[in-house]
Amino acid sequence: MSEKEEKPRKKTRREFLQNLGIVGVGSILAGSAILAGINYDRRKTAGQRVKVLTAENELLEIEKNDATKVVKASPESFTYLQKQGREGLAGRRFVMVIDLSKCRNARKCMAACNEAHHLRPEQHHINVLKMQESVDTPAYYMPKPCQHCDNPPCTAVCPVDATFKRQDGIVLIDNERCIGCRFCIAACPYSARVFNWAEPIHSLEDKDTPYNVELNVPQRKGTISKCLFSADRLREGKLPYCVSACPNGVYYFGDENEDAVTNGTTKETVRFKKLLEDNGGYTLMPELGTHPRVYYLPPKGKEYPFQEKDKEEAAEHLG
Amino acid sequence: MSTNLNTEKITSDLLKSIRLNKSFVLWMGFLGTALLICGYAYFLQLRDGLVVTGLGDYVSWGLYISNFVFFVAVSLIGMLISAVLGLTGQKWSEPLARIAEIIALAFAAVAGLVIVMDMGHPERLLNVFIYGRVQSPIVWDVTVVTIYILISTLLLYIPLIPDFKICYDKFDKMHPALRNIYKVLSLNWNGTIEQKKIIQQSIRALSIFIIPVALAIHTVTSWLFASTSRVGWDSSVFGPYFVTGAFVAGTAAVAIAMYFYRYNYKLQDYITEMHFDKIGKLLVLVSLVYLYFNLNEYMVPGYKLKKFDAMHLHELFVGRHALTFWSVQILGLILPIILLVFKPFRKPLPLLLISIMVLVGAWFKRYIIVSPTMEHPFLPIQNVPMNWKIYSPTTTEILITILPMILALIIITVLSKVIPIIPVQETIEHMEENK
Repeated sequence: MSEKEEKPRKKTRREFLQNLGIVGVGSILAGSAILAGINYDRRKTAGQRVKVLTAENELLEIEKNDATKVVKASPESFTYLQKQGREGLAGRRFVMVIDLSKCRNARKCMAACNEAHHLRPEQHHINVLKMQESVDTPAYYMPKPCQHCDNPPCTAVCPVDATFKRQDGIVLIDNERCIGCRFCIAACPYSARVFNWAEPIHSLEDKDTPYNVELNVPQRKGTISKCLFSADRLREGKLPYCVSACPNGVYYFGDENEDAVTNGTTKETVRFKKLLEDNGGYTLMPELGTHPRVYYLPPKGKEYPFQEKDKEEAAEHLG
Repeated sequence: MSTNLNTEKITSDLLKSIRLNKSFVLWMGFLGTALLICGYAYFLQLRDGLVVTGLGDYVSWGLYISNFVFFVAVSLIGMLISAVLGLTGQKWSEPLARIAEIIALAFAAVAGLVIVMDMGHPERLLNVFIYGRVQSPIVWDVTVVTIYILISTLLLYIPLIPDFKICYDKFDKMHPALRNIYKVLSLNWNGTIEQKKIIQQSIRALSIFIIPVALAIHTVTSWLFASTSRVGWDSSVFGPYFVTGAFVAGTAAVAIAMYFYRYNYKLQDYITEMHFDKIGKLLVLVSLVYLYFNLNEYMVPGYKLKKFDAMHLHELFVGRHALTFWSVQILGLILPIILLVFKPFRKPLPLLLISIMVLVGAWFKRYIIVSPTMEHPFLPIQNVPMNWKIYSPTTTEILITILPMILALIIITVLSKVIPIIPVQETIEHMEENK
């Protein structure tokens, strides 16, 4: 015991300071060598500066050597699609305006939508309804997509955040997370949601396609599907499938922030607020407080009459 | 309770049921076969998707969700009998407490399974815990149902501790491995005053705690509907309406169980006509409260007849669901109240028959609450197959709906074969007190 206690004392204070000095000087020398090397490298390439544009749209100038190439995740990969799909398009607030006076029940919107989203014929992201409010008021055709509410009852009730509201106003569904409880169907007052009761029609061909949350393809058995405002097309700067497919100029689509909407048929761009103001625009069931992003223009001065054969069906919902 | 009872007789009477006999094997064989058939139906649903049901994009909740509400409803009886009646000093209810707890536990546990059976992706159940969002009433439901199952298990187990000791002592001919299970479960009970105090205190604490939890499970279940804006669900009385309805269903279930235990286990000395009489009175009381909520629920919107309420109520009162609606209200609620006011109808057999009527009515009542509402959304149902407008369940779906009922019966049957259905220790103590 006593021997061990004596051992540490053998190293004197003097020796310790000597060692410290060696280590200290060594570090300083090594440090200055590294620094000199870096400075030399800098001097060699000074003046080679490049301009870069940041994601926030800011133009900066940096040393070329400081720039490193960003390795993009493959745009085809699932995680990349999930990330961009959940974030949405920054700075945009998408809106749709549906002019009921133009609708001729051509149903090209429904066909284009079903084709794009690999839906069965009886499933509708967008459904052209035969409407009548009361016995003496006229019947009319009303295309009804998801209303992409700003206060969506469907996303509130989802237990797993499978359906969500993006920064650009779009409400999407992630069928990789959906547990299939169908609470969102119960909560949606606009009957905008559909469910894959059986194996989806294209499930064999879509087997190896990575899931794109902005297109909701591949569809999956046992999960919800819904109108996505064609988020995949918007990312490419194109109009939604239904809007482009309409032969009758029913749909306007655009960005509330820009106060501009474009007609899918005529490609004419007009002021969004003015369009609503001039034509008495309204939303469906505003009393529910859902704040839809889909606006309607009343069926005033229709060129196409409501068809006799559809009258009975329209009257069914009169109550 | 007859006066010629002594400790020895009580113990042997109440423990007599714990043995394998022919009728038990036959009954379990029947339940097992039925479970296999229904299990195959569920396998078909797992393989092919919910397309095997009669559900569609409009009526997307049907038998399964009605069944879920029914199971949660029945499970509330544990709280009513062991907590409310227990805490208010209703001594007569003590022999029934364990029956009520067994029913509560079986139905609450199975309710969790019922909701899984309704899911399109049951294998993603864990997502509820991984990605759970507090905004969703489903997450609230999962939370409170789990707590309720835990407390109900404790409320069943803790009063059983002395009885497990009695079982261990009495079953000296049993296989030692099985007998030791009773020993382990009895937690070295030896009946000291200190141990008795611990048990009394914990039962009391749990009885108090279970009241808000039980109210929560059924209130939250009602909010699965009331949190939407649909006609028929968009109601502010849904919480108490569901809770009072649950007491009706649960009381009827206990009355039915009492009858079968009394005759099959020869418990005439313990579950007496007095008990049936009291349970009959309790059933009248809870049914009257439920009737009051029904009046509110249907008369208030029925008086105003707002457009969509009118459509919905029309279907219920005189339309497609009228037969079910009025059968449920009259045979399952009003008639039982009237009959049970008279003492002869509170005898065991009439009470059994009335209770079966009430319980069947209670199931169809849930169906009437869930499905007709979904047939009347705000916007018309168009451009879809005809069978999506009007919901009619398929055979597969009905079999899958029966599956949880069989499961609950199996749990109840097995539990009442391994534990004494009437608290032994308590009965002995009461007998001694009354001497």
